[in-house]
Amino acid sequence: MKEKLIYTLGLAAAIYLVRNLYVMLLQLPDEAAQGPIYRIFYFHLPGYFTAAFCFLFSAIFSAVYLVTKKWKWDSMAAALTEIGLPFAIMNLVTGMIWGRIIWGIWWTWDPRLTAALISALIYAGYLMLRNAIPDPTERAKNSAVVAIFAFTSVIFTYKSNEWFRTQHPAPVLTIRTGGGTIDPAMEWMLLHNTLALLMFAGVLLFVRWRMEEQRREIESLRRESLSY
Amino acid sequence: MIRHALVIASKDLRSELRTKESLNSALSLTIVLLLLFSFAFDPASEDVKQWAGGLLWLVYSFAAILIITRGFARELSNDCLEALRASPVPGSALFLGKAFASFLILLGVELISLPVFGIFYNVNPASKPLPLIAALVLATWGVTVIGTVFGAVTVNLHLRELMLPVLIYPMMIPALMAAIELTSASINQVEPEMIWYRLLIGFNIIFTALSVALVDIVLVD
Repeated sequence: MKEKLIYTLGLAAAIYLVRNLYVMLLQLPDEAAQGPIYRIFYFHLPGYFTAAFCFLFSAIFSAVYLVTKKWKWDSMAAALTEIGLPFAIMNLVTGMIWGRIIWGIWWTWDPRLTAALISALIYAGYLMLRNAIPDPTERAKNSAVVAIFAFTSVIFTYKSNEWFRTQHPAPVLTIRTGGGTIDPAMEWMLLHNTLALLMFAGVLLFVRWRMEEQRREIESLRRESLSY
Repeated sequence: MIRHALVIASKDLRSELRTKESLNSALSLTIVLLLLFSFAFDPASEDVKQWAGGLLWLVYSFAAILIITRGFARELSNDCLEALRASPVPGSALFLGKAFASFLILLGVELISLPVFGIFYNVNPASKPLPLIAALVLATWGVTVIGTVFGAVTVNLHLRELMLPVLIYPMMIPALMAAIELTSASINQVEPEMIWYRLLIGFNIIFTALSVALVDIVLVD
């Protein structure tokens, strides 16, 4: 039952993404100042949102694990980080491609770019740490603490263009600016694509979470068989 | 808790002063690195003031790793860590004591190597004392807090020496960044931007609080 539900969600996400691609590529006009390249923004920002969403819940579920000591929260936090990291990298890569066209360079040591890269490195470190701890209780406990620490880097990235002078474009969403900086049709497209990516991430999340639970079961069975 | 922390810190400092294991190795490492960097960057060039601050903190961050890895690792032999866990000292006091001891050792290494750096690279790092002192005290504390808490996380690992730098270098970048800017301001005799002081203070408050709150889970449970 759960299986069918998740495959249906996957199919819906795929159809939704194709619909979004159709609208953004064929229906929306080019942006006045930047030309066609601005469309990469429809993946840049939603990618970041999806990653930040995953990392936020990974920190929350890690805290929940520390309080309740229930394995499922640990598996969930691990799955969320592993799904969030590719989206964070997607955010970095799309940003780099955009920068190459608009700024003329692939990378600049701007505070926000640097902060986003640091964040990705920290979460990569988290995943490495998980692999380095053999004992499941120790692993869950220590990586939960690291996940909470790591989330500060996401906040730092989010706030970095308020704290520093950056080259990174200012926020455009109405919720941050009060409106007037972005065409409503383009803003809707951003929100549509954020939803599509979140749905996609949700499907991946479920699959990865189930894998983690199965891995845990195999681990405990192995330990049980060894103890006889 | 403060009393417990001070007991731990004085214990660590005493054992460090008797063996001088991390002090000696960190000091010689900083000197070797300062020497090595003089081949990578020309110390006689005009723009030495532009990058000297960054170089100094790079050297310090390497010294920090050496000192911090010792912090919890020194308790592994003879199962001292288990004894400390069993003692009435709470985990947070253990953490604060260890962090404070590492802080003093690292600060000592920094203060000794600072004049060497000034002589080798022909700059006066203390032209403007306030930003330099702020950088030394605040960034060193920030770096040791991050290092000590992650040292606690990785202390039982097989791959401890490999995992620790991977985890802590990205975490300490904001503190190092601010320290580099403040030190550069001191070397160039300009007033630094307020944001760097604020960043360092905020970094220290947030991570000290988070560490004290979470380290009990790592150490005791």
